[in-house]
Amino acid sequence: MKIVIQTDGLTKQFGNFTAVDNISFKVQKGEIFGFLGANGAGKTTAMRMLCGLSLPTSGKGMVAGYDIEQEPEKVKRSIGYMSQKFSLYEDLKVWENIRLFAGIYGMKSKDIALKTDALLKQLGFESERDSYVKSLPLGWKQKLAFSVAIFHEPKIVFLDEPTGGVDPATRRQFWELIYEAADRGITVFVTTHYMDEAEYCDRVSIMVDGRIDALDTPKSLKNQFNANNMDEVFHQLARKAQRSDN
Amino acid sequence: MLKFLLEKEFKQILRDSFLPRMIFVFPVVMMLLLPNAANMEVKDINVCIVDNDHSPSSERLIQKIGASPYFHITSTAPSYRQGMENIENETADVIVEIPVFFDKSLEKESAAKVFIASNAVNGTKGGLGSSYLSAVVADFSSEIRAERIQVVDHHSSPAITTATTYAFNQSLNFKRFMVPAIMVQLLTILCGFLPALNIVSEKEKGTIEQLNVTPIKKSTFILAKLIPFWTIGFIVLSICFLLGRYIYGIYPEGSLLTLYFFAGIFLLAISGMGLLISNSSSTLQQAMFVMFFFLVILILMSGLFTPVSSMPQWAQYITIFNPLKYFIEVMRMVYLKGSTIKDLTTQLYALLSFMIVLNGWAVMSYRKNS
Repeated sequence: MKIVIQTDGLTKQFGNFTAVDNISFKVQKGEIFGFLGANGAGKTTAMRMLCGLSLPTSGKGMVAGYDIEQEPEKVKRSIGYMSQKFSLYEDLKVWENIRLFAGIYGMKSKDIALKTDALLKQLGFESERDSYVKSLPLGWKQKLAFSVAIFHEPKIVFLDEPTGGVDPATRRQFWELIYEAADRGITVFVTTHYMDEAEYCDRVSIMVDGRIDALDTPKSLKNQFNANNMDEVFHQLARKAQRSDN
Repeated sequence: MLKFLLEKEFKQILRDSFLPRMIFVFPVVMMLLLPNAANMEVKDINVCIVDNDHSPSSERLIQKIGASPYFHITSTAPSYRQGMENIENETADVIVEIPVFFDKSLEKESAAKVFIASNAVNGTKGGLGSSYLSAVVADFSSEIRAERIQVVDHHSSPAITTATTYAFNQSLNFKRFMVPAIMVQLLTILCGFLPALNIVSEKEKGTIEQLNVTPIKKSTFILAKLIPFWTIGFIVLSICFLLGRYIYGIYPEGSLLTLYFFAGIFLLAISGMGLLISNSSSTLQQAMFVMFFFLVILILMSGLFTPVSSMPQWAQYITIFNPLKYFIEVMRMVYLKGSTIKDLTTQLYALLSFMIVLNGWAVMSYRKNS
C-alpha cells in the first residue's frame, strides 16, 4: 500500500511547553485514521503541522509526497481541512461557500455549478441552496463543511473533531459521508472524543501528553489492553496523563 | 482565483448591515459638519467698552469699533474692574478702556493711549481680537491725523497706502482651504480603518484558517482585500466632490482626473497600512487601538489644521513619513491653484513609495503558518 502521511520525530514546542513530542507514524492511502487523545494531548497541534498551518520545531513530516516544512503550499493543494471551529462564511449562502472554496482550488465556474447541484442533491440540501449558512442547524453546517473540504477531491482530508456537539443520529450520517469519501480513495485523518467513533476507524493512534502511546487497529488495541471496547482502552492510557487543559 | 475572492468580499460588504450605510452617511455628515465647525476665522468678538472720557472723540472711536463686522459692543462698564467681571462671566472677549482726557490729549499732543485687554483663554480669538482692534484704532488715529493735517496744512501730503491681494483664494474663503483636506481625512478614516478591521475579524471568526489551509497566494489574498476598499474610496471621494460642489460651491481649479489619479495611489497606501496593522493584531480591540493611535498622529501632523511649515523642525522631519501630508498638499494645490501632475511630482513619488512599501510589507507580514 502507498504511504500518504509519514512523520519522523515530529515535535512542536511553544516556549518550554512541548505540545507534540517526537511522534512518528505512517498512514496508508484510503485509510480512515483515528487520531485520539484527551483535551490538550496535542492532537490539533499535530494536525495543524500536517496541514502546513504550523511549522514543526524539529522532525520531519511528508504529506501527499511533499515535505510539510519545505513545501507547505504544495501540501495544501493536495489536502482538505475541516477545523474544530466551524469556519465557513456565515454571511454567504450555501452555494456561495462551495463556489468560493472550489474556486480557490482552481476549479472552473461551470464544473463548480454542476458539481454543486450533484452534491446538494446527494445531501438532500437542494432546498437550502440559497440559505445563508448562519441559518443552518449545526449538524447541517458540519456536513456542509465536510463536503466543502472534499469538494476539490483532495488526496487526504483532515477532520478536527468534526462531530463535536452534534446529536447521535447526525453523527451516524456524518460517518456515512466519511465512508463514502474513503471509498472514493480519499484518505481520512480524523480526531475525535467519541470512543464509539474510534471503532469505525481502520486504525487509531492514542496521544497522551504529546506522545503517541498506542497505534493499531481497534481490534488489536482491545486485545492488547484486555478491554471490551475502545472506551476502556482510552481510559487505561489517559489515566497516565500528567497534563490536561481543564 | 482572485475573481472568487473578490466576489466573496463584495458580497460580504454589501450584506453587512452597517457598512454600506456608513459609506454614504459618513461623507455626508462630515462634509456638512466639519467645514463649518473647523473654521479659523474669528468673528463676533464681544467688546466691553470702558469710557472714562465721554468726549466726542471717544464717542467716535466707539462708533468705529461698533461698525466693524468683527465686533459686537455688548456692554459698557464704568470701570476697568467691572469690565473684567464681564470677561470673567464670559459676556465679553475684549475690554477697550479709553482713558480720561483722551479727547484733550488728542487735541494737544495729537497722541493718546487706548488700553486693550483681551481674554486669551481662547488664544486665537484673544490674539486675533486684539490685533483687529489695534487695526481699528490705528485706522482711527490716521483719520484724526489726516483731518489735523488738512486743518493745519492745506497742502495734501503724499499718502502711502498698501493694497493686499490674496493669491489663489481671493475671498480668503476658509472653506476652500479646509474642504479638500477634510475629504482626505474622511478617506483615511474609512479606507484605513475598514481593512484594518477586516482581516482581524476573519481571525476572530476563525474563517481565516480555512483560507490559510488552501494554496491561495499571499499577494492574491491581500489584493482581494484591497480592491473592495479601493472601490469604496472612489465612491466616497465622488460623493465628497459632489457635496463640495453643490453645498459649498467649491470645485477644483485643476482637473478631477488628477485628483482621482492621486486618490487611487493614496487609497492603496492607506489601505495597505490598515492591512499591515490588521496582520499584526490578533483581536479587534488591538487593531482598533493601534489604528486609532496612528490616525490621530497622521491627521494632526498632516497640515490639515496647522500648517506643516510652522511646526518645529524636528516635527517637520516626522511629517516626511506621513502620506496624508502629501495627499492634502495635492488636494489643496489642485483645488486652489489648478496644479497638474507635472507640478506634483514630489507628492507623486512620495505616495507611490508609501503604496509600494506598505503593501509589500502587508503581503510579507501576512503569515499563512505559525
